[in-house]
Amino acid sequence: MAINPDFLGKTFPPGPPYEISRVKLAEFADAIGDPNPVYRDRSAAVEAGFPDVIAPPTFPIVVGMASSARALADPGLNLNYAMVVHGEQRFSYVRPLHAGDVVTAEVTISDIRDVGRNSTMTTTTRISTVDGEHVCTAYSTLVERGGAA
Amino acid sequence: MYRVLNAGGAGRRRVSDQVSYDDVEVGTELAAVSYPATRLSLVKYCGASGDFNVIHWNERIAKAVGLPDVIAHGMLTMAQAGRFVTDWAGLKATVVDFGVRFSSPVVVPDDDVGASITVSGQVEEKLDGQRVALALTARSADTKVLTRARAVVRLP
Repeated sequence: MAINPDFLGKTFPPGPPYEISRVKLAEFADAIGDPNPVYRDRSAAVEAGFPDVIAPPTFPIVVGMASSARALADPGLNLNYAMVVHGEQRFSYVRPLHAGDVVTAEVTISDIRDVGRNSTMTTTTRISTVDGEHVCTAYSTLVERGGAA
Repeated sequence: MYRVLNAGGAGRRRVSDQVSYDDVEVGTELAAVSYPATRLSLVKYCGASGDFNVIHWNERIAKAVGLPDVIAHGMLTMAQAGRFVTDWAGLKATVVDFGVRFSSPVVVPDDDVGASITVSGQVEEKLDGQRVALALTARSADTKVLTRARAVVRLP
C-alpha cells in the first residue's frame, strides 16, 4: 500500500487565514523550552529591531500544519499516518514571522518516491501574508515506514 | 522543572550581548549544549504544535508499529538545534535558512529524566549580505539524530 503517485504535483488551496498571536508564540516557545525574550516580550523584540514578538525558526511548521493536515488526511493519498516519521525539514525565510501577521499556507506535493522498503513524500509549503507578502517556504519530507513493501 | 528546562547554555539574552558578522571566524567551534526532552515535553509540544501523532505519546501504539518506545517529534529536536543557533547568534540576528535531516529518532523513556539532545556546531562559511553558515550536529544516547543540519543567519 504505497503513497498514491497521482498526488505528485497536486497543490491544495490555502485554508482560512492564520492570525499569529503573542499568546500562541509564547506557548510555542514554552513548549520547545526556549526562554528567548524576543518570543514573548514585546519590548525586547522591539529593542532587537522587530515590529513585535517574533516566532521561533521552527514555528512556521505550525502555520502550515492545518493545510498539510488536510492534504495528508485525503483518503486518496493512502498515507498510513501511524507509520510516518519526519525525514527532512528545511525552511527558507524572507523574514521572521511576528505577532500580528495574518498568513496563509499553500501546500504542494513536490515529490513522491520509494526508497527501499519505505515511501517518501515531500511537500513544499509557501507561507504568505494575506496581503501577498511571501514570508517563508517550508520543505517537509515524510517517510512512511514499510510503505513500499 | 523550569530549572531543568534551562540546564543548557544561557544564550545571549540581552540586545547588547550580540555577535557581529565582522567578529565571526570560519572554523570556530560552538560549544555543545544539552537539552532535555521528557514525556512532558512531548505532551506540551503535541499541544502547542497540533501534531498529535500517537507515536509521540502512546507507548503501546509506538511499540506496535515497531518503534523502541515513544519518540520525540522531529520538529522538537529541530527546535533545540534552532535554539542553539539563535542563542549563539544573538537577539538581533535573523535566521534566513535552516534545514536538517532526521537520521535517527530520539527515544523518550517514561521516567523523570527523559532523553537528552546534545547540539554542537561550527562556523562553516561566511557569505555575502552579512550572512554566516553554521554546520550543526545533534546526538541523543550516542546516536546522531540530525545530519546535514545547517543554518544560515544574518548578523548585524
